[in-house]
This record gives sequence, C-alpha cells and structure tokens, in this order.
Amino acid sequence: MSDLTKHPFTRSLLALALGAALSGPVLAKDKLAIESWRSDDANIWNDVIIPAFEKSHPDIEVVFTPTPPTDYNSALQARLQAGTAGDLIACRPFDASLELYKSGFLTNLNDLQGMAAFPDVAKTAWQTDDGKDQFCLPMASVIHGFIYNKAIFKELNLSVPKTESEFFSVLDKIKEDGQYTPLVMGTADQWEAATMGFQNIGPNYWKGEEGRKALIDGSAKFTDEPYVKTFDELAKWKPYLRRGFESLKYADAQNLFSLGRGAIYPAGSWDIQTFNTQADFEFGAFMPPVPDGQGTCYISDHTDIGMGINSKSAHPEAAKAFLNWMASEEFATLFANAVPGFFPLSNYQVSIKDPVAQEFVSWRKQCKTTIRNSYQILSRGTPNLENELWNVSAQVINGTLTPEQAGAQLETGLSKWYAPHQK
Amino acid sequence: MKHSERRPFPWHILFFLLPGLAIYLVFSVYPLLDTLRMSFYGDAADGGHAFVGLRNFVTLLTDSTWSDAFWNALKNNFEFFFIHMLLQNPIGLLLAVLLSLPKLRLRNTYRTLIFMPTMLSVVIIGFIWQLILSPIWGIAENFMYGIGLGNHFDSWLGKEGTALITLGLISVWQFVGIPMMLIYASLLNIPDEIVDASVVDGANPLQTFFYVKLPLILPTIAMVSILTFVANFNAFELIYAVKGALAGPNFSTDIMGTLFYRTFFGFQLQQGSPTMGAAVATLMFLIILAGVMVFLLVVQRRINRFQL
Repeated sequence: MSDLTKHPFTRSLLALALGAALSGPVLAKDKLAIESWRSDDANIWNDVIIPAFEKSHPDIEVVFTPTPPTDYNSALQARLQAGTAGDLIACRPFDASLELYKSGFLTNLNDLQGMAAFPDVAKTAWQTDDGKDQFCLPMASVIHGFIYNKAIFKELNLSVPKTESEFFSVLDKIKEDGQYTPLVMGTADQWEAATMGFQNIGPNYWKGEEGRKALIDGSAKFTDEPYVKTFDELAKWKPYLRRGFESLKYADAQNLFSLGRGAIYPAGSWDIQTFNTQADFEFGAFMPPVPDGQGTCYISDHTDIGMGINSKSAHPEAAKAFLNWMASEEFATLFANAVPGFFPLSNYQVSIKDPVAQEFVSWRKQCKTTIRNSYQILSRGTPNLENELWNVSAQVINGTLTPEQAGAQLETGLSKWYAPHQK
Repeated sequence: MKHSERRPFPWHILFFLLPGLAIYLVFSVYPLLDTLRMSFYGDAADGGHAFVGLRNFVTLLTDSTWSDAFWNALKNNFEFFFIHMLLQNPIGLLLAVLLSLPKLRLRNTYRTLIFMPTMLSVVIIGFIWQLILSPIWGIAENFMYGIGLGNHFDSWLGKEGTALITLGLISVWQFVGIPMMLIYASLLNIPDEIVDASVVDGANPLQTFFYVKLPLILPTIAMVSILTFVANFNAFELIYAVKGALAGPNFSTDIMGTLFYRTFFGFQLQQGSPTMGAAVATLMFLIILAGVMVFLLVVQRRINRFQL
C-alpha cells in the first residue's frame, strides 16, 4: 500500500479524490468579490476584516480584488458593462457612483436593514439628488482639524485654542518666540488651501449642513457674509506661514511638521498615519476654533468611501449579509483601528486605540458635522466649483485676491451654469 | 517589343514603405483625423455624441468661461516660446561656437555634460529644480547669499509673476543641448579651406564668424527655430510635473497642453469632455500648422543655401 501511494498516478488520483471531498462544501459557499480602489489596504482586508466576517458567516466566502485608484473608475465601468465585475462595489462619493446607479449597475438599498445605523449626513453622498434612493452603504469618512506638536506647545507654555482669537494669540506667541513656524502649510499644490483651509474652518461660519444646503437651493451665495468671513480668516494665516510658502508642496509641509520645525498643521485625519510613522514627538489634534462667542461648533466629516451591490450579482442575499455586517459595531471597530484616520460612519461608540484618531472622532459628539460643500451637485458644471475653490483659496492666502473678490469669483462662476444661483 | 522595354512596376519600393507607412497611418494620421472629426461633435441627450458643427470652437473662443482660459493659455504659451527663442537658441549657438574652438580641451566632456539634462526625464528635471529652488531645502537661497544677492531670493516657482519665467528657464536649461548639438554638427561641416581663405583674406575671428560661418549655418538655425516652436506649443510635461494640471498660481503657468489635459481628461471633480478636448487639440494643431507655414513661406525661402 505504501508503495502504491508513492506512485505518482495514484497520488494524483488520491489528491483529486481528496480535493473533491474538500471542495464539496466550498462549492456550496456563496463567493463574493469586492471591487475597491484601496489597494493600500489590501492586507488589512485580507488579514483582518474578511476573516472576521467569515468567522460569523461560515457559508460565505469573500475575496478582496482591488484596482489602483487612478484606474478604478474606468476599469470598474468596463467590468460592469462586460458583466465581469465583483459582487460588492466600493463607491466613490456623489456623481461618479450616481452615474453607475442611473445606468442600472448598482442595487437600490432603500430596504437594507443596516442602513438604519447611519446618520442622514453620512448617507447623502450615495443618494439620488432628491434623497429618495440609496445605492451605497456609507463606509468611512475623513475629518478636518489641526494637528499640533505637543512638545512645542509645552516648551512655549501654550494651551490648545478653542476660539478664533485664542487661535491667533497662540500663533502670535509662536511667532514671537521665533524658533518654529507657527502654521505649516503651502499653497503650491492649491488643494491644501481649499481642503485643509477653506473646508476645514468654513463650516463654523456657514453653520455646517444648513449653509451647505442653502448653497445648493440657491438661498445662500458665496458673496454672503459666512463665505467672505471664512476667506477673511484664511487671509489672516499668511503672516504665520513660513517664508516661501507659495512654493511649498503638500509633502514639504508634511516633512516640515514631522521634523519638528513647525507647531500647528492644518490637517485631514488621514495625515495621522504619516505622522505616526515619521514624527518622533508626541502630537495632538484640536478642532477648528469657533468664531468668538459662537456656542455650537461645526466640523467637516467628509464621506469618502461607501459600498454598494452589483445589480447583476449572482449572490445578492450574501452581498446584503455582508453590507449588514459592515453596518455592525464589529466592523466599525475593526476598520477604525486598522486604518486610523478613516472613520466609520455608523452611529456606534467605537473605541479607537490611536489617541489622535480618538481625538478627531470625539468631535462628532461635541459638534455638528457636515461634508465639503463643493461635492454635491455644485461641481457638475463649467467652471468647475472645486477647481475654482482651489484656485481662489490659494490666492486668498497668497494675498493676490481679497476675500470679497474670492467670493465674487466663485459666485460668478456658479451663476454661469447653475440655475438656482442665476436669480 | 516596345512594351517589354517598359520597366515593371517597382513593387519592392511599396513593400519596403508599407510597414512604416502602416504604423504612421494607424498611430499618427488616423488619430489626428479622428481628433479633427471629434471636435465637431458634442454631448447628446442620450449620453452619446452628436454633430454640432463649429459650436465647440465658438464656445471656446467667445464664451468667457472657456475663452478666458484659452486666451490665457495661448498668451502663456507664446511667452514660454519667446523665452526659448531668446535664450535657448542663442545660448545653444554660443555653446556650439565655443565647442568648435580648435584649442578647446575636454571638448567631449563639456559636450556630454551640457547634453546630459536633455536625456533625463522631465519629471526628474522638475523634481531636481523644485528642490534647488525650494525656500526650505533648496541650495539656491544660500548660493544667492554667497554672491551677495540673498535679498533677491524669492519663492519664484510659487509667485504668479515669476512662475512661468522660472519654468521657462528650467526648460531652457534642460533642452539647450539640442540646438547646441545641431549647430555644432553643422559648424563641423564647414570645410577648413573656407575658414582658412577668410583668414588669408585678413578677416578677424569675429568677421570670420559673422560673414563666413553664420550664413552657412543659418539653415540649421532656422530648423532649430521650427523645432522649438513645435515643441513649445506641444509642451505639457514640465508644467504638469511641477505645478500639476491646475497650473497655478491662478493659472499663471497654464499652457495649451495643460488646458487640453484638463479639458479632455477632467480633473478632480471636473468631468472630462472628449469632444471639447478635441476642439482644444484641433486649435493647438492649427496654431502649430499656421506657425510652421508662415515660417516656411516667409523665412525659409529667403535663406540662401550654399553648396559646400
């Protein structure tokens, strides 16, 4: 017998028999494939998230099949049209996914049980314009604020600013001391000025969702006080930036801060990962300081990634089970800790271990949240509002455009194509 | 009998032309013609494309949403071109003359070093110069202090007034090797007897250069100018590598190439428009065509060629 099993032919026969015996139950499993652009997180999905799901759902097998971010939209489109796309589809916020839904590639998720775990703001990124149809489950968001160097704050005996005037007096003290750059940012790439500047401090002025919706229905204009005031504050940043900030790029700013040469860094929560690996000092975060005398604070908690179901999926029930699991507390905890800086959007109190990420997410309880005001509907026309925002925000900080001119330019651009602003 | 004297059709010529011709037709002529065709189309209500005649061009040239960007890009492009014409080509000529000096030592070393940047990727050039000129990490500031001009240092790449000129100079630095090589080669082609004759006739070195050598290399200089014109109006990489597709600050470094890129491929939340992009590309083609035609008809005809 032992001789027999050594014979190659017999061995392969045995292997076949064994394989057939094992693959029986495997074939019975529903196999789900996930389409995503987060190739950076592939190991987190494969090692942490999917095993956790399969543990509680032994009858479903999941594979993560990411595409690089720059190819994702077009590759996904092609696969959906050819009918070879995966069962679960990672959704970009707003128009890109909306187009997929309108073309019938995504399943309507209005009746998905797990959807109840999410606040309305989180859901808007994956709804039709009238808010009636939901086509993706919110997955993660990024939050804006300021990251600061704790060692420098201790050395100069500074405390974390809560109001705008406190913020500027802290900046003044750092500037007086002269050793460190008070505010670390550059305008060469332009998007930091818009994203980490305008969208970071702005919600406090335009009252978050209230102002964002007013812009969409046309009852508010960029020439209104909240927007001009936001630009006013941005213009006041200039003296606290490093000399030559006009040609400072995003990576330069990250390096300056992680080398300990600057005190405060206007941030997106995704920066936490960079500083965790690069900075050898302790850093903390504070929320955008409120204008003096304002009680309520508003933060940008921008919906960045969602998950939907391919309408042609062969296993719609298994896919729904996965989405419902994604709406659970278990997933929220796993995801938040595996990728610090990307926050789950569900209503649970998630315990996050990273202290800075914890600080960021704690603001959700204290403040009202909103998303970037240029993302929904308003960036569909020409000139493109998001591009305009980059340009004017950078110019306001550079000092080549006044806050009033900046507001006027945005409003003129928007009124060229967007009917509610043509009145 | 007469019939048999006729030479057979030269099939072998066609055979040897075919591979090159096929590649040229498929990858150059067809895309060009299809771009021209596409520029007459626009987005239709059903999501496809519909024929719209000249509408894209009218929008591009008259609707201020588009025309401001277009004229700005065109103006910047001409500025970019003039920087090259006024600096790159004269410097290239000067270097070529210096290289052809008979007493020069280490000639090949200089030639290689000067030509080196031309062979590097534009992305690397952009990266190196951003580092050199960076107000934080760069060596430019200390160098300026070293020669007593420290107060004149500025973040040139970041300011509206200087960004395009700085990028132009970087590009000149990179590509000065090309005019240098071409002119150097044609200088070498001038027979020694002609130069000797002018010396015998009593001409000093400057006279020899202006009255003997320069007329002989003028056709090369003319060709270099055309190449510069075509290359500059097709330029894109350096601006994109250093300033990104939004060509800031305030579009001060936006040239036709970056405008085309944004229009055709879209940018961030801006959706790309293949038809409008094709219209921009068509205008770029027409501008280059017009420039080359003017050059061929006006300049090229008046240049005397000498049989050496």
